[in-house]
Amino acid sequence: MSEDTAAVAAHEQQRAPVGKDNGRGISGLLASPAGRNTGLVVALVLLCLGGVVTAGDRFADVDNLLTILRLAAVIGVVSVGMTFVITGGGIDLSVGAIVALSSVWATTLATQGIANDTHWIVIVFTALLVGGACGLVNGALIAYGRVVAFIATLASLAAARGLAEIISNRKTQIVNVPGFAAFFDASVLGVPVLVVIFAAVAVAGWVLLNRTTFGRRTFAVGGNPEAARLAGIDVRRHTVMLYTLLGLCCGLAAVMLVARTTTGSATHGGLYELDAIAAVVIGGTLLSGGRGTIAGTVFGVLIFTTLSNVFTLNNLSISAQAVAKGAIIVVAVLLQQRLARRSGA
Amino acid sequence: MTAPVAALLSVRGLVKRFPGVTALQGVDFEVRAGEVHCLLGQNGAGKSTLIKVLSGAHRPDEGEIYWRGELVSFGNPTAAMRSGVAAIYQELDLVAGLSVADNVFLGHELSTMGFSQRAEARRRTRALLDLLGHPEISPDRDVGQLSVAHQQVVSMARALSLDGQLLIMDEPSAVLDPDEVRVLFGVIRELTARGVAVVYISHRLAEIREIGDRVTVLKDGRTVATGLSAREVKTSELIALMTGRVLDNVFPDRKPVAPDAPEVLVVRGLGDGDRFRDVDFTVRSGEVVGLAGLVGSGRSEILETVYGARKAADGTVEVNGRALRRGSVGAAVRAGMGLCPEERKSQGLLLDQAVYRNITVSSLSSFARFGFLDDRAERARSGRLTEALDVRPAGVDRVVRGLSGGNQQKVVLARWLLRECRVLLLDEPTRGVDVGARSEIYELIRELADSGVAVVVVSSDIEEVLGLADRVLVLREGRVVHDGPADEIDESQVLDLVMEGHAA
Repeated sequence: MSEDTAAVAAHEQQRAPVGKDNGRGISGLLASPAGRNTGLVVALVLLCLGGVVTAGDRFADVDNLLTILRLAAVIGVVSVGMTFVITGGGIDLSVGAIVALSSVWATTLATQGIANDTHWIVIVFTALLVGGACGLVNGALIAYGRVVAFIATLASLAAARGLAEIISNRKTQIVNVPGFAAFFDASVLGVPVLVVIFAAVAVAGWVLLNRTTFGRRTFAVGGNPEAARLAGIDVRRHTVMLYTLLGLCCGLAAVMLVARTTTGSATHGGLYELDAIAAVVIGGTLLSGGRGTIAGTVFGVLIFTTLSNVFTLNNLSISAQAVAKGAIIVVAVLLQQRLARRSGA
Repeated sequence: MTAPVAALLSVRGLVKRFPGVTALQGVDFEVRAGEVHCLLGQNGAGKSTLIKVLSGAHRPDEGEIYWRGELVSFGNPTAAMRSGVAAIYQELDLVAGLSVADNVFLGHELSTMGFSQRAEARRRTRALLDLLGHPEISPDRDVGQLSVAHQQVVSMARALSLDGQLLIMDEPSAVLDPDEVRVLFGVIRELTARGVAVVYISHRLAEIREIGDRVTVLKDGRTVATGLSAREVKTSELIALMTGRVLDNVFPDRKPVAPDAPEVLVVRGLGDGDRFRDVDFTVRSGEVVGLAGLVGSGRSEILETVYGARKAADGTVEVNGRALRRGSVGAAVRAGMGLCPEERKSQGLLLDQAVYRNITVSSLSSFARFGFLDDRAERARSGRLTEALDVRPAGVDRVVRGLSGGNQQKVVLARWLLRECRVLLLDEPTRGVDVGARSEIYELIRELADSGVAVVVVSSDIEEVLGLADRVLVLREGRVVHDGPADEIDESQVLDLVMEGHAA
């Protein structure tokens, strides 16, 4: 984000009415995200229309829609965590590498052996532990070591992916733990478990951000860290918690990715950092901190995943997708600024 | 004046308005070639705005500036510099990481066909530094590695690089130690001997007497006296000119503090190893203690150290008999302390968030059950407080940024009222607050004290400290030089103490 965009975005934020996002009761709850996310909803609808027009029944098929959601689930969980870190005034470039490292660590022969001897949940806990630990290290480096977030997490990106390569010896590790695959491949009332997990994470994330002291402190720390500190908030501890939370999200995403691909690999999660940041930002979370929206992030993730699905159905190349993605980011940000200015005027 | 000397710079009827304030409302003065013209005035008198207008950083709304007899209008600082007017600000505008020579020619780099003439720039920089009496500064040094005094010399070289005829110096001595000030004065004398005029701003009367030729006094954005002889004018006259007020603030009546009132805040031997040391004071329940001192006297630093926002090197801070952990705001807040910081916008408020969120930010856990916030209770409690404090416009969902300075200050106060804090630290409580809201805030502070809160007020407005406090501590260069009841000392005595260190 350039300085100009940041300035305009800050301006936009300044004008945005505050208080509407704390809707009272169900009506407010329904009205608020829709109100603020009009542009995103329109974009998603247009994309779906495009899908129906170009690919017809192949797009508008229940199985295809579930595929979109299944694909969105993994990056979605990471993006929800990323929303917290960015709202709290930070950034994390290491998420993709943490996903890779967690996936590898959770699928080594040793881990699988223990899992087979005891319970498949061992894989889940291993991934969460590894992801959480990586986040903790990031947070500690940034909050107590006073390393700039961009640099600290850039270093983690390199180190975590390297470690993943060492552990896996650059080989793809196939998962062969019966209970694990069975659990994550299942469906609840026709909805794949992966999608259920994503939905649960999104709802929990929304509640945490908008209804708890933790969320309120996140807004305060991101909005004005010095004021937050002088108001008695332990800004450093909170920063560590934010990165740890994102690390846990990465661990969970790794579990989901392992389940979807039945492998752990050091190449998993490539460019997740960019996808997650893009989804968060087009969702309306301020990159400079202090304002964040989980609903917007979910829309952002869905838009990118649907786009890729529509392109794939039409046999368009990955490169064409990348160009379209870039265009969407620019258009979405421009559109949001326009809307915000009008509503403020 | 006997023989009229042609003025180098002449300013007439200068007016500068900002949204909500008129910073300058009629400034007249003139500067002659080769003189050191001192500008004197209390904080907020308009000195900084005047400098910015003269150096082209602000455009005046009304009035005329004549430069060498011609009406001019400097659109930006570079235009002013090209004409020969340059300002050296308190915050030096140098780029660390670039060399001395690069900084001197920043914005008007020497070049032929786009290629910079580095050797020529170095040569001219060396000539300027020699002229300024500092041949020991190498043009190739990184500016960031120079001492503050040397950085100031580089700033001056920069001002002179475009054939500067008028240098405006905003409190240059504030960041210098006495030896460096002597060197600075040597440079100034060298310059004025060559016909360069200097506009010199300082709070220190002794300096003005030593280096100045003539004095202009500003008050509330107006010239109240100009062309006074710096060496002959009486100190008492200058102080009367600086302080004589058009608008008197009404301070609420004091209640005598009960002699057996418990000592709530006890500060012993506090020092930060740098800006201040050996600071001792106690504040009783119901007492307002004022800290008076110049910018740089350590007053804000002391307050922030008491609060734990800065780590103390020596000494202890006790609240209700319990020592606080050093450098922990959390410990101070839990012990019942609250701070309204100096820079309200950057340190006190979440500007883009709602009023109620700014009020409850320090008491979130009292509105939470298992971490879940009771939004409705937050709004209700905040609403009652803002009503009691008469925050206008009403509405706890309003964004704080849109409120006036006085109402923003009330929001910060409400934050600590909500916590029912026992010790309230106020740093410049009425900065950027208009006169009407000022007396409301004074009354609020007095009410708080009467309800048993121990209050510490820091202000650069001496009248405010004297009017509000029961007891006054006067600070000078990081030390307490006076501690006594507020009604036994007057404004000019305090001014004398902060400027010269002994009562007149």
